[in-house]
Amino acid sequence: MIGKVAITGLGYTEFSATSPGTSFRELTYEAAVKAYNEVGIEPKDIDTFVCTSEDFCEGYSISDEYCNDQVGGILKPVQTITGDAIHSLATGVMLVLTGGFDIVVVQALSKLSNMKTVPNLVNFALDPVLNRPLDEHYSFVSGLGMNRFLHDGKATREQCAQVVVKNRANALSNPVAAYGADLTVDNVLDSEPVSLPVRLLDLAQVADGAIVFVLASEKVTGSLTDNPIWIKGVGWSSDSPSLESRDWGNSVATRLAGDMAYKMAGVRYPAKEIDLAEVTDEVSYKELEHIEALRLFEPGRAGLALEDGRTTSEGDLPVNVSGGDLGVGHLFEAAGAQKVMELVLQLRGTAGSRQVADAHKGLAQVWRGEPTTSAAVAVLANQ
Amino acid sequence: MELSKFELGGTRIKQSDISKGNVLTLAVTPKLEYAWDDGVAIGRYLEELGNGKIIARKCNKCGRIMLPPRMFCELCWRATDEWVYCEDTGTVNTFSLCHVNWDASRIPEGEPLHLPAVIHIDGASPGMGILHVLGEVEPDKIKIGMKVRAVWKKPDEREGSITDITHFKPVRAARKKSKKKSGGGR
Ligand SMILES: [Zn+2]
Repeated sequence: MIGKVAITGLGYTEFSATSPGTSFRELTYEAAVKAYNEVGIEPKDIDTFVCTSEDFCEGYSISDEYCNDQVGGILKPVQTITGDAIHSLATGVMLVLTGGFDIVVVQALSKLSNMKTVPNLVNFALDPVLNRPLDEHYSFVSGLGMNRFLHDGKATREQCAQVVVKNRANALSNPVAAYGADLTVDNVLDSEPVSLPVRLLDLAQVADGAIVFVLASEKVTGSLTDNPIWIKGVGWSSDSPSLESRDWGNSVATRLAGDMAYKMAGVRYPAKEIDLAEVTDEVSYKELEHIEALRLFEPGRAGLALEDGRTTSEGDLPVNVSGGDLGVGHLFEAAGAQKVMELVLQLRGTAGSRQVADAHKGLAQVWRGEPTTSAAVAVLANQ
Repeated sequence: MELSKFELGGTRIKQSDISKGNVLTLAVTPKLEYAWDDGVAIGRYLEELGNGKIIARKCNKCGRIMLPPRMFCELCWRATDEWVYCEDTGTVNTFSLCHVNWDASRIPEGEPLHLPAVIHIDGASPGMGILHVLGEVEPDKIKIGMKVRAVWKKPDEREGSITDITHFKPVRAARKKSKKKSGGGR
């Protein structure tokens, strides 16, 4: 990559099923103050801001207009990405690399508890002419994906359940996670059928929370922190939106986004070079699909690696130590920010009881959730 | 003015073409519901409206008394310091005479217009106040800079909403002398 970009400051709130009594502005303000205090800056020191917001999630049209006050972006250059927070992070990286901005703030928020009809929200993302008239609950898309994934022999149903057990247990060691739980594979397999083969416990539950990062150019990083986390590579991609003709059971977008980020980061052997990964597990099987697409395990071996304990926090390639979407909560467009945040904590060596030993290089991947085929990836390192 | 002379030629689609299905369309009504957390600042603001009072939040660094209130000063980047009651009187900052309803339907000739206005509230910092509607006034008598006062719903009809004030009406008497009255609210 030409030039270097670091994450210097990080601020975040607790993630929780609801956040009554706190407005979306007050939630973001809390994360922003924490991030700026970490590196001793004020908004006047920040050159530009990248916020993340999706109108239908917030319940405002042109919701980007409501992003600036709470990050200190008033009377400053602010832009908003209607994608995932990793798309915003990539935009922040590009802004620094232009040479025109030394300090760039990236913001992400989920206030999904205020969205009272999430199934309708997601259903509204389906093709209105060809798909919506069939009147299905949107989880059917997850059912279609998982069934093909299992049929293709990528993993067993039990292995998918084990993803849930691992990640909900990991969340018990994450003080800001909303959904830590001590479950068994049988709990998952006996849970209520939703859109089979997907059952209730296979699905992440929504959560509220805010995350703010302070990005900096190499030139000013030293003046902000002694512990920078470098953004080595970013990538993003989208497969077909068509439910009729996408590559079911494969996350092609993740493969392409990962390869783009690896190339930028100079990663040639991901399975050897990546020390830990945080990936989307909004539906249990997706974790396995994603780590395979990211070349972290051989095709068809992700489930076996899980069974062998290789992806636990003590394994040789821990996946979703934070608890993932299943354990932390599904944060919609802020989801990728939580994954990057976990890497920052791990690579700084400040992840507390869930600290992964010898963590130097990590990967964050996000999939934008049903019914999308968009993915974004960031590779971070502490040197 | 005759708009028709600006129209282009060609074959017009008639409403009946759509209703008969000669033109293929698909109508969908989204079923999206939200319940926003008001938060600390707006929560208290609405509560006080329910009490017939207008409350603002002061930043002791820049001295601004902010209305609507906020828990942080976006200019000084610090938590705001104290609650301050304002008057329920103010000055028209700007206004519009609306001949259309929210859905673009026209208000029939002779019926009252909508009169939205930004009102700088007495006691708040310059440029801060309330967006509301004017009433009990002839549209052609409205002027920028005009003094107005809130007209409140009866206490038992208030529900902690911006509509607890039904409208603002002109303060007619003592235009020059009216400086300040004590105690906001009814
Ligand atoms: Zn101030």
